[in-house]
Amino acid sequence: MSAAEAPRADGAVETFDCRVAFADEVIKLARADQRIVVVCNDSVGSSNMGAFQKEFPDRLVNVGIAEQNMVGVGAGLANAGMIPFVCAAGPFLTGRATEQIKADCAYSQYPVVLCGMSPGMAYGELGPTHHSIEDFAWMRAIAELIVMAPVDPAETRQAVQWAAQSGKPVYMRVARFKIPAVTGPDHQFEPGRISTLREGSDVTLAAIGTMVSRALDAADLLAEEGISARVLNVSTLKPLDDATILKAARETGRIVTAEEAVSSGGLGGAIAELVAQHHPVPMRILGVPGFAPTGDTQFLLDHFGLNAAGLAKAARELMGKGGD
Amino acid sequence: MRAVEPTFERTADPENLQHIASAVRQKIVRTIALAGLGHVGGDLSVTDILTALYFDVLDIDPANPLKPDRDRFILSKGHCAAAFYSVLSLRGFFDPAAVDTFMKPLSPLNGHPNRRKIPGVEANTGPLGHGLPIGLGAAIGAKVTGQSWRTFVVVGDGELQEGSNWEAAMAAGHRGLDTLTVIVDRNRFQQGAGTEATNRLEPLADKFRAFGWDVIDVDGHDVGALRDVLATRGSGKPRAIIAKTNKGRGVSFMEDLVDWHHKVPNAEQVELALKELAR
Ligand SMILES: Cc1ncc(C[n+]2csc(CCOP(=O)(O)OP(=O)(O)O)c2C)c(N)n1
Repeated sequence: MSAAEAPRADGAVETFDCRVAFADEVIKLARADQRIVVVCNDSVGSSNMGAFQKEFPDRLVNVGIAEQNMVGVGAGLANAGMIPFVCAAGPFLTGRATEQIKADCAYSQYPVVLCGMSPGMAYGELGPTHHSIEDFAWMRAIAELIVMAPVDPAETRQAVQWAAQSGKPVYMRVARFKIPAVTGPDHQFEPGRISTLREGSDVTLAAIGTMVSRALDAADLLAEEGISARVLNVSTLKPLDDATILKAARETGRIVTAEEAVSSGGLGGAIAELVAQHHPVPMRILGVPGFAPTGDTQFLLDHFGLNAAGLAKAARELMGKGGD
Repeated sequence: MRAVEPTFERTADPENLQHIASAVRQKIVRTIALAGLGHVGGDLSVTDILTALYFDVLDIDPANPLKPDRDRFILSKGHCAAAFYSVLSLRGFFDPAAVDTFMKPLSPLNGHPNRRKIPGVEANTGPLGHGLPIGLGAAIGAKVTGQSWRTFVVVGDGELQEGSNWEAAMAAGHRGLDTLTVIVDRNRFQQGAGTEATNRLEPLADKFRAFGWDVIDVDGHDVGALRDVLATRGSGKPRAIIAKTNKGRGVSFMEDLVDWHHKVPNAEQVELALKELAR
């Protein structure tokens, strides 16, 4: 899917497809731990699991085009003492098998790592059936399921490592849309902890996944206008790092959220629920307002104002400085 | 999008149908090359089935796409939208030139059929395993209201690995829904490998029979044979037509190669493909 892989900047910044780091890390873990298995749905190629299959042919279970079965099999493998990474395109994994994720994995507390590949609008041109934008809302509603969206290759590796040893059911987005690395060499991913990528005092930009690098760009735009924006990388949507959010609410008094997901029930919803109950502040929730039109990922993100200009505009509005 | 003069008229003549199928295939290859995306292998395997249905069998009216007593058609393997759009447009549902916008920003022709944007489309498919339950519901609806129109659903063979198909198959058999026909595009390949290597389907005919269906095997590239089988009605049982096809049919370097599930031909390959398809 060439269009979705086009670098977002002018090519000056190196960008990454997180599936590469993801697959590499799973293979590394599998070499050290016989319990690591992969389950997929005719998605060996799109999950970038070809190399895993080659090295561990017996530890890759391709159930065919059968997502409900796939997740049930994942729970059964966990029951047998294995650590399954269940890999499928985000929309079909989370949509088709929601009940299996809820009952078989989360409620049963089986440590299945559910990996939503090519999430958000990575399959832009293929249309809304293939957009994984409801996954945050759907998965966030399931008790005891950890929901994460590692932001770049380094964080993806760390999230994979953590999920494998956590003993918990986890849903993880594995991004395909190419984004630059935003975490530094000292960054240590900790589930449930938000990393503050930039300090700021006027407004908080809380972003997840593909939106994080765009939030950083927005902070640059705002800085030029004398607005000091704090940028948060919310790589774990659930459990949410309440303390960091409430601190930001208190210290900056305004929050803009941005996600490549429907604008209800996801990151914006989670933060709104929290601040409304503990420290209400004005917010702008940026996301996808409905079924998206056709177009490549880059086009769609811009179409919905999910870019630096859109975030900056929302921040300006919260500052009472009007739009542009 | 509006009805236009059909490029080809309805015909029962196998030779004419074959000629139309060849035009459809050329349009598919051009469309996918232009979009730089698509599912050419499955498009080319399903072409003759769609041609037989749309240019002869189906009781439909492009000028009145929602006429209440129309036959219903559902392309469950919705990733083969390029074939579907090509056929619908050449039949006059909308301007064939519009197909050039396939998957372009803001085009109504997105990668999977959308009933809200494209006349002639009954269901928004794309996630596999949805078409047969919808077709079942439509067929039950016809029966309950005492109407005689028919419902046709085309499924991919890999798609049959989804359990929802078998839930629908069981219910259709139970109800003896003889206005319902499923056509399996049996090209023996799915996305990553052969169906039999991934999750075996055979003996496929026995499976349908066990669920109470009549099963008919047909050469899925013999448009004449397809139209003959599809034009006749069964009685007392739903029908499964297992159409033996080749993925990438008609293009020598694509045929039966799983790579071409969604590979896009380059300029040179397009030229070669068009030459082969024009023969
Ligand atoms: C529920 C669901 N899971 C996975 C996919 C991804 N996918 C698209 S096409 C395809 C293979 C389909 O194979 P088949 O039904 O045999 O179609 P054909 O070979 O005729 O193209 C897959 C797995 C999907 N569209 N929907």
